[in-house]
Order: sequence, then C-alpha cells, then structure tokens
Amino acid sequence: MTREEQKENLLRMSGTDVRKCMKCGKCSGRCPAYHEMDIKPHQFVSLLAQGKIEKLLSGKAIWSCLSCMACVERCPRGVAPAAVVEAVRDTVVRMQGANGIRAEDIPPIVDELIPQQLLVSAYRKYNK
Amino acid sequence: MKICYYPGCTLKTKAKDLDVYARLSAEALGVTMEEIENWQCCGAVYPMARDEIATKLSAVRALDYARHHGGKLLTLCSACHNVIKRTNEDMRSDKDISSRANNYLALEEPYRGETQVLHYLELLRDVVGFGELKKKVVKPLNKKVGAYYGCLLLRPSGVMAFDDPENPTIIEDFIRAIGGTPVVYPFRNECCGAYVSLKNAELPKKRSAAILESAKEKGAEEVITACPLCLYNLQVNGGGILPVRYFTELLAEALGVKE
Repeated sequence: MTREEQKENLLRMSGTDVRKCMKCGKCSGRCPAYHEMDIKPHQFVSLLAQGKIEKLLSGKAIWSCLSCMACVERCPRGVAPAAVVEAVRDTVVRMQGANGIRAEDIPPIVDELIPQQLLVSAYRKYNK
Repeated sequence: MKICYYPGCTLKTKAKDLDVYARLSAEALGVTMEEIENWQCCGAVYPMARDEIATKLSAVRALDYARHHGGKLLTLCSACHNVIKRTNEDMRSDKDISSRANNYLALEEPYRGETQVLHYLELLRDVVGFGELKKKVVKPLNKKVGAYYGCLLLRPSGVMAFDDPENPTIIEDFIRAIGGTPVVYPFRNECCGAYVSLKNAELPKKRSAAILESAKEKGAEEVITACPLCLYNLQVNGGGILPVRYFTELLAEALGVKE
C-alpha cells in the first residue's frame, strides 16, 4: 500500500474527521495514560491528518490506550482520538507476527481472581 | 414483570456475586430476569474500527432475540452493557455496519436497533423507581459508600445516555435509596486501568490506587462497582486501600435476601 492508501484506510477505519481538530489539547489533558504514551492522543489526530503513517505505526502508545473514551467525551469538535488509536492498533495487530500479547506469556501472570472479561478484552485489543 | 437478561461470560464464573444478588433482589422487587437462550460472549470491548463486523455479531444476536421476546434487554456487567448498547446504536444508525451485519446473519427480518438496552441500575431507577426501592428496604445500609462508575457505563455519553458523564448521580441515588450515605469523590468516573493490566500492570496499579485513595480521603468506608474488571483492578492492583464490592450485594443485603 502507498502512504496515501494507508492514510485513507486509517481514516476509513476510524470513522472520524481529523480535519476538525483545532489542537486545543483537551483530549491529551484528560487522558489517564498520557504519561505512558510516546504519541499523545492529540498527536494521533494530527499525525494522521498530516499522513505521517510510519510514525503512527511504529509508536508504542497503542499498547497504553485504555479505550476509556475520556478524550472523545471532552473533544469540543466531535473528533474521536480513541478511534484513531484503535485504527492504528488494529492496523498493526492485523500484520503478520505483530500481536501485542503472546498466549505463552499469559499463564505466569494469571491469578485466581482474574476475570474472563480481562482476558477476552486484552485479546480483542492486542491480538488478531 | 419479566425481562430478557444477558449475563455475559464473567458473571457465570468469577463474578457470580454480581449475578446472583441481582437475581435475588430483582425477584424481591417483582422483576424476573429471564436469561436469554444461547447467548454468546459479547467480546468485552466494543470494536471501534468501522470495518469490524464479525466481532459485533454476538451482540446483534442477543439484541435480535430480545426484540422477539419483549423488546427489552437487561444487562448487568458494565462491559456487556457498553458493547451491546453501542452495537445497538450502530445497527440503528450506521447503514454500512447494519447492512453488512444483516447480510451475514440473514435473520428472518433484518435487525435495525429496535431493542431497548437497559442496565440493571437503569431498571432500578426508571422501571422500579428508587422511591419504591426505598420502601422495600428492610435493613438500611448505614454506611458511607463511594460509587465507582468507571468508564463503560458513562462514555461515550452520546450513545450510552446513562447519566451526566462528568457528574453522574445514579449510583449515589441508589446508595441513598438503600439507606447508605453516598460519598462523592473526584476519581469516581476515572478509568481503573482496564485491560492494560495484562500488558503492563504498573498503569492499573497507579490508576486504581489513585481512585481508592480519592474515595478514602472523602470518607468512604467502601466502594461499589458494576464491573468485574474494575473490581479486579481495584482489589488486586489498588493495594487494599478500601474494600470493593458489587452494588448488587449491598442491594441484596438491604432487601434482606442475601443468603
């Protein structure tokens, strides 16, 4: 895929209009995972608008986003930064060998209390 | 009255308390929760990418079943509620997602978001009524309790339409109805760290401890939730700052039906 095609694909998957962003930074200000992210929520939006796809696809922040929708809730322009993060994460994990967690890493960290909801949601988010 | 009920995977295993006390309490309030047939796991997270169709089908199947069995679908787990309600909105308003899901499922009649999705707390507020609930309380709670909303019930508020996303009151009103004193604290609608605990437990540890410290500072003796993953993070990653229970357990205690 060309860079332009990748950009179109990410825009289509996210379903959000990144051109509406006015760079107020409220999304990043509200993000509970802000300090863990190499690419901040507002930067996901602007990098996609600029078509900087390589940078988006090589970032680590996709593994820290909590999908808590706080950024979506606070955006005064109706942009959904979380949907851009999800589009990038899905694009990455759909590639061969790019899953975020490996099945063999799970048993050592599973305790007696761990809810199925956690296993299912992590697999849905990090693996394809 | 009878209502279709979607329990979800975790309520059958690690979160039995959430389910069992809800059923006992509902019976005491004149509501029978009828578990729908052949339900499948909702997937626990709403797939946001607009080309994700297969991951939404289990929610659509449950919604379609409920359409033919009373028109309402009761949920209890916050994650199931979030996934099913958002998928329902897609089926109602997103032609692309709706037509692709319907093409695959080939139901007798296409599903277009007809079912009303109702969370158990909404049932208490809007169908039973907190006033009526208060009358049925035999053992008032007499405790200071912090409501923990988390994310899934409230956001995105445009679709969830559950309560004010920044200043919700439904769980505080619930606590008052069962004879407790609600404690309002700033972190009650902050994320607990969610599924990231499988990838990097440090983030949920920080988040969960901050939530419980915030509740304790405002005087809460315990915290209640409707979400098994929030309960897990707050209990295991929260450092034992405060006890955390499901809201249905307190409800069953107050109604005198806890066995």
